[in-house]
Amino acid sequence: MRHRWARLLRTAGIHAALLAYSALVLFPILLVLMNSFKDQMAIFGEPLAPPTPETFSVAGYLTLFDVANFGRYFLNSLIVTAVSLVLIVLLGAMAGWALAEYRFRLNTFMALYLALGIMVPIRLGTVGILRLMADWNLVNTLAALIFVYTAMGLPLSVFILSRFFAQLPPDFKDAARIDGASEYRIFTLVLPLVRPALGTVAAISMIPVWNDLWFPLILAPSEETKTIVLGAQVFLGQFLNDWQAVLAALSLAMIPAVLLYMLFSKQLIRGLTAGAVK
Amino acid sequence: MRRKPFPWHITVFLAPAVIVYTVFMIYPMLASLKFSLYQTVEEGRQVFVGLGNYAKLLTDPIWNEPFWNAFWNNVVFFVIHMTLQNPIGLFLAVLLAANIRGAWIYRTIIFTPTILSVVLIGFAWKLILSPTWGIWFPLLDRLGLGDNEVAIALLGNESSALITLSLISVWQNIGIPMMLFLAALIRIPHELIEAAQVDGAGSWRIFWRIQFPLIVPTVGIVAILTFIGNFNAFDLIYATQGALAGPDFSTDIMGTFFFRTFFGFQLRPGDPNMGATVAGMMLLIILAGVLLYLYGWQRRMEEVQF
Repeated sequence: MRHRWARLLRTAGIHAALLAYSALVLFPILLVLMNSFKDQMAIFGEPLAPPTPETFSVAGYLTLFDVANFGRYFLNSLIVTAVSLVLIVLLGAMAGWALAEYRFRLNTFMALYLALGIMVPIRLGTVGILRLMADWNLVNTLAALIFVYTAMGLPLSVFILSRFFAQLPPDFKDAARIDGASEYRIFTLVLPLVRPALGTVAAISMIPVWNDLWFPLILAPSEETKTIVLGAQVFLGQFLNDWQAVLAALSLAMIPAVLLYMLFSKQLIRGLTAGAVK
Repeated sequence: MRRKPFPWHITVFLAPAVIVYTVFMIYPMLASLKFSLYQTVEEGRQVFVGLGNYAKLLTDPIWNEPFWNAFWNNVVFFVIHMTLQNPIGLFLAVLLAANIRGAWIYRTIIFTPTILSVVLIGFAWKLILSPTWGIWFPLLDRLGLGDNEVAIALLGNESSALITLSLISVWQNIGIPMMLFLAALIRIPHELIEAAQVDGAGSWRIFWRIQFPLIVPTVGIVAILTFIGNFNAFDLIYATQGALAGPDFSTDIMGTFFFRTFFGFQLRPGDPNMGATVAGMMLLIILAGVLLYLYGWQRRMEEVQF
């Protein structure tokens, strides 16, 4: 009897601790979202109250669409992230397959060479990257960002995918080879077999690309190429005193990330754990 | 004997990734290192100065004062992450691994700030801590700190800004250690823990005798990832305090120092050579950490395991 009570108490304690921490996490996010739909008076008068019909206002969002090109910024982020992810996953899968499947002289060297990028942050090459982009007239283009993010994401992608390819049973590939399939054909046959791993790599590569401030700020700060994070940053700096607009900008920039997170959280969590197994 | 044909397919599979990675990561990194060994005189003419720039960074008062300031601030930033973020992340992971209903909901919620941009998180906290918004101030009043000047302007005060920003960063990034620890804890066979429970061991004992020893490798991974992330950080400081990392450079870390050196600030023009030198020092610091991890920690781990 005593045992059961102790157990119940323990479970309740765990829930209480996790609930308290979840509240600490959600409080600032909900506070911003909630207040972005209130008028200036209510934001300052009753910051903790949810919007009511009397205090409801979307003036902040209207300012946002009037002065800043958030649709454009969002589209830029979407293009950069999507193209980078396709390249990270596709080129990563090809290289990962080569390293896992074939024995050749430079195999270990290539694996180590690519793995270097997992540990060394690409930001430290910024001086060189900016000069390269200037020489190639790629400054203020989305292509510059795509190239950099692809290079940034490839090391981890190759590492994770080569481990997944190495775990595939050989029978299937051998059967295909006996049937006379080319190596390229075999690659297209095995690719669907590691589909969960491809999703995983895409999910963990997405966050740093979507959220980056450094490279948009340095390589593509023009109005036409601003990403949503840089756009929000600049806007927040200029409209410091228009709280409605600031809160609206924060909310609007958060929502796509949260939606993406909800869509991909399963792959993301699997990816974090798979990357850590090493 | 016929020579084996050249394995074209391997080249085709490997080349695209290797080329993109080499051109946009390795080559610029090497170019940047080379650049740190030169100085620009007159219009764009480069003169080789060896390690002169590094010597200047470490000895010339104009350079070494901000450098060491940024370095030690960065150390503080890292220490706060190591002593708060990682232990609390581990604690949350242990709670989540305890087989309770709804664990995935908590896990999803606690990870949410990690997926949001640092710019947004930093700014949201800046608003919440702002003396103009009636959230932080009434709370202080209730805690009896109503006239504490430091507490009123946490981000505007030299003695509190860096710690406050570190705590915001901990709040945001705690999801990563939590997930990594959770993944390691889940891999521990259930029978081990059940057997200990049957023997009458409490949660505390089970944690220190069974769970912790089995996840020690993850502790090392989390530590090195925290180190790399912290010594490469930039966004949070830039978004909340600007490139000047105010007040009076009290929140300046290596990333913001690098940015200012490279691009210039106020009346001082940017200096790409010195910027590359700062990046070179950052690379050195990070490599030192990685080598320490690989040879000091991971090798010892292997000895223990066998």
